[in-house]
Amino acid sequence: MNLHLSPAPHVHSNQSTRVLMRNVLVALIPCVVAGICLFGYSAALLMLASVLTAVVAEYIWQRATGNKVRVGDLSAVVTGLILALNLPPQAPLWLAVVGSAFAIVIVKGLFGGLGDNFINPAMAARALLLASWPRYMTVWTAPTGLNSSVDAVSAATPLLTPGSYSLGQLFLGNIPGSVGEVCKLAILLGLAYLLFTHTITWRIPAVMVASTFVFTWLFGKNPLTSVLSGGVLFAAVFMATDYVTCPMTAPGQFVYAAGIGLVIALIRCFGGYPEGVTYAILLMNIAAPLLDHVFKRRVYGYEKGAKVQNG
Amino acid sequence: MAEKKSMGALLISGLLKENPLLRLALGLCPALAVTTTAFNGLGMGIATACVLLCTSVVVSLLRDLLPEKGRFVAFLVISAAFATLAQMVLKGWQPALCASLGIFVPLIAVNCLILNRADAFAAQNSPAAAIADAVGMGLGYIVAMTLTGAVRELLGAGTVFGQRVLAAGYQPVLLAVMPAGGLLVVGLLIGIANAIAARHSGKKEGESA
Repeated sequence: MNLHLSPAPHVHSNQSTRVLMRNVLVALIPCVVAGICLFGYSAALLMLASVLTAVVAEYIWQRATGNKVRVGDLSAVVTGLILALNLPPQAPLWLAVVGSAFAIVIVKGLFGGLGDNFINPAMAARALLLASWPRYMTVWTAPTGLNSSVDAVSAATPLLTPGSYSLGQLFLGNIPGSVGEVCKLAILLGLAYLLFTHTITWRIPAVMVASTFVFTWLFGKNPLTSVLSGGVLFAAVFMATDYVTCPMTAPGQFVYAAGIGLVIALIRCFGGYPEGVTYAILLMNIAAPLLDHVFKRRVYGYEKGAKVQNG
Repeated sequence: MAEKKSMGALLISGLLKENPLLRLALGLCPALAVTTTAFNGLGMGIATACVLLCTSVVVSLLRDLLPEKGRFVAFLVISAAFATLAQMVLKGWQPALCASLGIFVPLIAVNCLILNRADAFAAQNSPAAAIADAVGMGLGYIVAMTLTGAVRELLGAGTVFGQRVLAAGYQPVLLAVMPAGGLLVVGLLIGIANAIAARHSGKKEGESA
């Protein structure tokens, strides 16, 4: 008889990295479709280039370092797609390729691969691109749709021209912005799917949006427009919730999400950039280990508040 | 005390096996701050190496006179004197370079590479050995600083020593010449140096086995 001995817990969950990442990809479909409908085929090409680079870079890196090739866990596809959705629709393709390769090799691979990266790879890549090639990263174009006679119409980001777009336009995405962030309806559909499949909990998205709302209001901006412009909603659903780089406990996640909202409001209202979502998330990513240290999970088998040795 | 090494071994080890920047991670602050071009890296490397050499010789000569407790103050006074001298020479000879290195020229006085070599080596060895160690370490630092500067200049401007290397259409990675980019480049170079060293020592073990 073949007996298999293993310590508790014995309940097996069907959640695997592949399943979770597949859920995220499904949740991103509305954003992808909205991005292509609004900005045309150049947005589709951008996503294709970014995803392909991420997957190829992951494969080459894992082969070169003698690790097991885990491209099948789909995490590289998610990183590549999220990066592309964070780029301006008219960004040159090489920008997506460079950013994607940087995210996978430098931010993820060099730190030990999925689970060991200390900041969100897509966000770090966006920060690199923004710092290195600002003239491509800050060119916004108005949505022209699929069957437009012109390639692009340049326009200012709504963050610089508050009040020029109605709330309805901001909600449906008929505004200049990054490929994936403009259509709030699509993001909410994705959020619903992620909540329904228990891929993420409501905590981080809800607290982050609420915090942005409250702090931009306190700092004297229109809070509703602030939440609906720029990348707040997209980041709240798809980037701040990254398992690897957010705190593990509920209180930690509350502080983390509230902190992101505060930093976004600070950068937008007092900083030199119109948008601050990228830096807000990177900053709080770095704070996540500290939050995990402050808000420790109760160790199984110990009373609440009991001192754990070697904790 | 560590085993006695020959002069030649001291020279070589500073250059490769114990490269101050890439293997011992000494003198990181100027390496991150001023190596935005290969020329700046070279200039800073030479200035630091000269101060290191002079400080090491003087510390070695005075090694029996220096008190055990206050030795770091003595090292600082000696290196500060030579750093001031280096600043004057640079200002008169290469005013443009001196201006672009800025505050980091007087800060050579507190460069941890110099204090480390004074304490760990010069204070316990003869002047001849101290010279060999300082020359090896200094050359190693110059090479590493120039390399860091060259990589950052290549990425950040497409040139090396002001000569265009990459095609004119190249879109420079501005991040490479920012401090964050310096940290990334130095980190990657340290990683490469470690990989080479690991492979090298692995081979040696294989040969002796």
